[in-house]
Amino acid sequence: MTGLLLLEQSLNGLQFGLMLFLLAAGLTLVFGIMDMINLAHGSLYMVGAFLAAWFVELTGSFVIGVLLAIPTAAAFGMLLEATLLRSLYARDHLAQVLATFALILIINESVRMIWGSDMPLSAPAALSGPVELLPGLYYPAYRLVIIAVGLALALLLFLLVTKTRMGALVRAGASNREMAMAMGVDIRSLFTVVFGIGAALCAVAGAMLGPLLAVQVGMGESILILAFVVIVIGGIGSIRGALVGSLLVGFVDTAGRTVLPHLFREFLPPQLASAAGPAVGSIMIYVLMAVVLFVRPQGLFPARG
Amino acid sequence: MGAVPSPAGGARVGAIVGLLVLAVAAIAYPFVMRALDAEFYISVASRILIYGIAATSLNLLLGYGGLVSFGHAAFFGIGAYAVGIMITEGVVSGWLGFPVAMGTAALAAAAIGAVSLRTRGVYFIMITLAFAQMLFYLVNSVKAYGGDEGLNIKVRSDFGFGLNLKDDLNFYFVVLACLAGSLLLVYRLMRSRFGRVVLAMRDDDARAEAIGFPTFRYKLILFVIGGALGGLAGALTVNQQNYVNPNVLHWTQSGTLMVMVILGGVGTLWGGVLGAAALLVLEEVVAAYTVHWQFYVGWVLLLIVLFAPRGLVGLMGGLLRSIRGRDGGGGQR
Repeated sequence: MTGLLLLEQSLNGLQFGLMLFLLAAGLTLVFGIMDMINLAHGSLYMVGAFLAAWFVELTGSFVIGVLLAIPTAAAFGMLLEATLLRSLYARDHLAQVLATFALILIINESVRMIWGSDMPLSAPAALSGPVELLPGLYYPAYRLVIIAVGLALALLLFLLVTKTRMGALVRAGASNREMAMAMGVDIRSLFTVVFGIGAALCAVAGAMLGPLLAVQVGMGESILILAFVVIVIGGIGSIRGALVGSLLVGFVDTAGRTVLPHLFREFLPPQLASAAGPAVGSIMIYVLMAVVLFVRPQGLFPARG
Repeated sequence: MGAVPSPAGGARVGAIVGLLVLAVAAIAYPFVMRALDAEFYISVASRILIYGIAATSLNLLLGYGGLVSFGHAAFFGIGAYAVGIMITEGVVSGWLGFPVAMGTAALAAAAIGAVSLRTRGVYFIMITLAFAQMLFYLVNSVKAYGGDEGLNIKVRSDFGFGLNLKDDLNFYFVVLACLAGSLLLVYRLMRSRFGRVVLAMRDDDARAEAIGFPTFRYKLILFVIGGALGGLAGALTVNQQNYVNPNVLHWTQSGTLMVMVILGGVGTLWGGVLGAAALLVLEEVVAAYTVHWQFYVGWVLLLIVLFAPRGLVGLMGGLLRSIRGRDGGGGQR
């Protein structure tokens, strides 16, 4: 019984971790290559989720809706980068914080004006039931699809970064931007493309998590900080670090929500146990980050060479 | 760089006259509002001044110390909860509550600073954020003091001497006195030897250390002072709202304080107050016209980043200089 519970929660952790990775991958490249703090990255996730909900409503098909939302969000991200964020790269971190904080306000309110504070988005009916993975272990089919999509995209991203010319340029930029530019890499336009890919990944995460969490204004802010934690743990600018960091945070968060309350119930009154579990889980994420920073100040996989 | 270098001659007289005018206006303001039967605007002003204290305390770290703390809401929240919890437990004396609030915030700052100040740059930003978030979740889970629903207090802190914090006018003057004290502290501090060392560290950490200053200790002391002042602002805010909830510790609160400082002017004496006033007044005014005020406030902030890189203090300084017909220049960053 406990073994099955642990297995089920591990799958949940994997599923949340992979979605965090989709967010963190774009964020870590923005941060690593351009040394830019982009608080509005969470807004791309929200915009992606709202676009997906809207397209699903228009087309009546979950798959088509999500597939339409991804390029639209990418186009939105590239537009944002080319018109505004580009002018912030040369500024200090404080100016970037203020500007992207302002962007959060603007995008949040724009979404509210267009679609309202929240939108319904549910998983396709065919995937709403559970699947029997092992005898006695039932797992929601939709969550399995999320895991599959997450793994596929992680693999695709890995191949893109390690095997293609563009990936080599990105890695060169993350390692030493000035040197890469001196060698003739057109970092500016490369970066608009990278930003577009990051926005597309955000949209995937937003659309896939939408039916599980909720498609609402402000959904980006709560997950943004987790994404920052992930990239700091993994090492800023490193895709591999983002993957490891995401999975760590995903597992710790899930453990805090489900496994810890079970453990606490052994020696605490039930009310206290169910209240303390999620708090301890959330706190553990930040303890994890503080410990990693203390022991390895550059993160687990530093990208700067 | 505003306040730190002593202005010479005529400029000095101008500064004193300006300060007097400001003081008279600040003292006259609540009486005028009461006469106009617009009591509401007294409490709006109190709220602005409270955030002025919080932003000034962050500016001490961020602007003067170069310590980009993204977790300042922690100290604000600790101050608020310290007073809130004490009043819930029956300790209403403000003479006890306020020092405890500041002391607890200072202790927390010492602990957080002792770990965080070993890192720098982006990592310092993230680790201060991490500590504030830990406190946020901790407070959320403590059901005994309201948990995520927040904590209501039935009475306000009691300072005796006929001072009634329930009265908007009394409360305003208490807040004004606290703000004046904070500004004076920052002013005196930054003109002292301690302040000079802090500025030297901000501009070149390695050099200050090479000269022989124990830079870590200086930064830690600065961080503790900033934390204590943040706690003071928190203690005031719980008294004004009669309520505190975990959101005062949320990272968006730290972000808002940071926005106030950057908006007003990083590393300037008046930057924190000016930024707090500008942001909160802007919110009030726009919110009176539209529920979508965040949209317009966002655009204003964005335009300020793009076109007034040194904040409102820089903008006003530039205007003053162009009126006087002198050329500008100087400034930090």
